Amino acid sequence: MAESVQEAPLIEVSGLYKIYGPDPAPAMALLRAGHPKEEILERTGHTVGLQDINLRINRGEIFVVMGLSGSGKSTLIRHFNRLIDPTEGRIVIDGTDVMQLSQRALETFRRKRMSMVFQRFGLMPHLNVIDNVAYGLRVQGVGRAERRRRAEHWLNMVGLDGYGSQFPAQLSGGQQQRVGLARALCTDADILLMDEAFSALDPLIRSEMQDQLIALQEELHKTIVFITHDLDEALRLGDRIAILKDGVLVQEGAPADILLRPADDYVEAFVKDVNRARALTVETVMKPPACRITAATIGEALEQMRGAAGGYGYYVTDEGYQGLVLQETLEQAARRGPANALKEDLLQDVPAISPDDLLEAVIPETLDADYPLPVVDEDGGLRGELTRASLAQVLGDRAEARSSAGS
Amino acid sequence: MAEQSWINAFPDMDRADLLAIRKTLDSAYRAFSRQYGDAIESFFSPLLSFLIWFEKLLLATPWWLVIMVVAALAYLASRSWKLVFGVVGAFLAIGYFGMWDNTMRTMSIIIVCTLLSIAIGVPIGIMMARSQRMQAVVTPILDVMQTMPAFVYLIPVVMLLGIGKIPGVIAVVIYAVPPVIRLTNLGIRLVDREVLEASTAFGASSWQRLFGVQLPLALPTIMAGINQTIMMALAMVVIASMIGVKGLGQPVLKSITNQYFTLGLFNGLAIVALAIIFDRVFQAYARRIQKHAGDAKDG
Repeated sequence: MAESVQEAPLIEVSGLYKIYGPDPAPAMALLRAGHPKEEILERTGHTVGLQDINLRINRGEIFVVMGLSGSGKSTLIRHFNRLIDPTEGRIVIDGTDVMQLSQRALETFRRKRMSMVFQRFGLMPHLNVIDNVAYGLRVQGVGRAERRRRAEHWLNMVGLDGYGSQFPAQLSGGQQQRVGLARALCTDADILLMDEAFSALDPLIRSEMQDQLIALQEELHKTIVFITHDLDEALRLGDRIAILKDGVLVQEGAPADILLRPADDYVEAFVKDVNRARALTVETVMKPPACRITAATIGEALEQMRGAAGGYGYYVTDEGYQGLVLQETLEQAARRGPANALKEDLLQDVPAISPDDLLEAVIPETLDADYPLPVVDEDGGLRGELTRASLAQVLGDRAEARSSAGS
Repeated sequence: MAEQSWINAFPDMDRADLLAIRKTLDSAYRAFSRQYGDAIESFFSPLLSFLIWFEKLLLATPWWLVIMVVAALAYLASRSWKLVFGVVGAFLAIGYFGMWDNTMRTMSIIIVCTLLSIAIGVPIGIMMARSQRMQAVVTPILDVMQTMPAFVYLIPVVMLLGIGKIPGVIAVVIYAVPPVIRLTNLGIRLVDREVLEASTAFGASSWQRLFGVQLPLALPTIMAGINQTIMMALAMVVIASMIGVKGLGQPVLKSITNQYFTLGLFNGLAIVALAIIFDRVFQAYARRIQKHAGDAKDG
C-alpha cells in the first residue's frame, strides 16, 4: 500500500495559518515574531487555530491527521474544501490553487473533486436513505433515474441494499455512517475527506467500518484524508500519519516511523500505549540477512559463510529463497566432497514469513525457531531476517520507556 | 416656589411645545396621506378586488359544498375522521345559529391575511436568519409591533386609506405577521450545523442549501409560526371590525355597545370554533409532514 510515489503530490498545503477573530492581522504579526499562542490570546483576544502547516498528500494514499480535541485537526480538514478560509497560506490540489477559486468554481470543485464524511454523519433527516446517498448528484443536477441507479449501486457497496426507503433516524449509528460513506462515494470524487468518521461509533462497529474502508480503498484507490484522535485507528488505516498538537504539525511519517522514532515527548506519550505487535509489520523491524548463500557448491558455500556469525545462512538461487543451511551441515557434507552441488536435502525446514505480516502473527514462529526467520516477499526474494532479539527489543521498548518515565 | 417645583412635579415640557410637536407630526402625516393616499390605494386595489372576489366566492358557494371542501381539506391534512367530524359539526352549528355569512366573511379575510403574512413573513425571516445585522434591526421592530396596542396602528392606516377592507387587512397583517417572521428565523437558525456543512461540502449553492436543506428542516417551526399567525389574525378580526371589516367581529362589537350578552357569546364561540378548526387541521398537517423524525430507533 505504501508505495513512495515520485510524482507531484495531489494535495499540497504550504504555510497555512488560521487565526480566529475579527482582525487577525496583529495576531499574525505577533505569531510571526515568535510569541506563544497563549500570549497572543491574552494580548489580542484572537485564537490561533493552525500554525504554519505544510503537507504533501500523494495520490491514492490514506493520509491520517491525528491529534487530540482542540489540536486543530477538524479545522485543518475543512480548509481542503474551504468550508473554512485560512488566514494565510496556500492549498494547491492537483495544480489548482483552491484559494483563488471563485464561489462558482469552488462549488464545482466541491461537487466533482472532493466529498466528505462527517463525525456525526450529517445526513439530511428529511430525506430517505437513497435520496441521502444521491444528494451530491442532486446538487449537480443529475436526473432522477440516473441518480437512483448510481445511489443503489453505492448502497449495495456499503452493504445496505434494501434500506433505501428508510429514513436516517430509523438506522443505527453504524448504518447511518455507511449511508454517509455511500453518499461520499456516490459523486465519484477522487478525494475523500473523512472527519473523525468512525469516532462516534461503538468499538466493534468502528473496526468493522475500518475493514470496510480498507477493502473499498483497495478497489477504488481514492486519496483519503482521514482525521482521528485514535492512534490505533491511525496506525491501522494510514499510509502516512501527521500528528497535530495545538495547531502545529509535530511529526509526519509512515506509521512505523511514528511508532519507532517519535519526534518528541508528546508523540512518545501517544505511542506508549499502542500495541506494537498489532501495529507494526515484519518489514519495519527486520534486519538485513546475516548471510546470503548464492554458491552452487558446498565448498563455495562454506567460503561465503566464513565471515558470518551465527553459523547459518540463507540459500538463494535465481528462483529466490530456497531454505536455511547450517555451517555444521555444510562442514559434514564438505568432508564427503566440497565440489558436490548444494542440494535440497542439506537445507533446514524453517518457516518463511512475509514482510507484510503483523508482528503479532509471527511471534510464535519466531520464538519456536532455533534460527532467525527469513523474511521472504511474494516473489520469493529474501528481504531480511527477523531475530528473536529484534522482536524482543521492539516489543519490550515501551516497558522500558514506561519504567524510566515512572522513576 | 419655582425653584422647588421640579421636586414635586415632573419638569415636563411646555404645553405649547408639546402641542407644536403633535401638530407638526399630525399635519406632516396628513399631508403625506393627502399626497400619496390615492397612489397607495390604487397600489392595493388588486388586493381589494381579490378580497371582494374571494368573499363573494365563499358567500355564493352553497353551504354544503363549503362544508364538503373544508372537510376534505381537513381529511387530506390530518387523515383523521375524528377531526373531520368535529369540523363538520362545528360548521353545521355555526350555520344553524345563523352566523354562516359572517363566518364566511371572516374566513375569507383570515385566509387572505394568512397568505399575505406568509408571503411577507417567510422572506423576512429568511433574511434575518442569514444576516446578523438584519436580525438586530428587525427584532426590535417586531417587539414594537407585538406590544403596541392594536388600536394604535389602526389610526394611521385609517388616516391613510380610510375605513374598509384594505385598512383592515393591513392592520391584521401587521398584528399577525411577527410570529411567522420570528419562527422562520428561529427554524433556519436551528438547522443542524453539520447537516448544513455537509450540504456545502457537496457543492450546494446558497439557493440549493436554502430550498434543499434549511427550509425543509425549518418547516415544522415555520408551520408553528403560521399557526400562531392564524390565531392572532382571528383575534384581530374583532378589532378590525371597528374600521369596517365585516364578519364575526361586527356582531361582537355591536353587542359590546348594546350589551347583547348572548349575541356576543355566540359570535365569540364561532370565532373560537374557527380558531380550533384551523389550529387542529394545521397541527395535524405539520405532524404528518415530519413523520420521518418520529420513529427513531436509537437516540
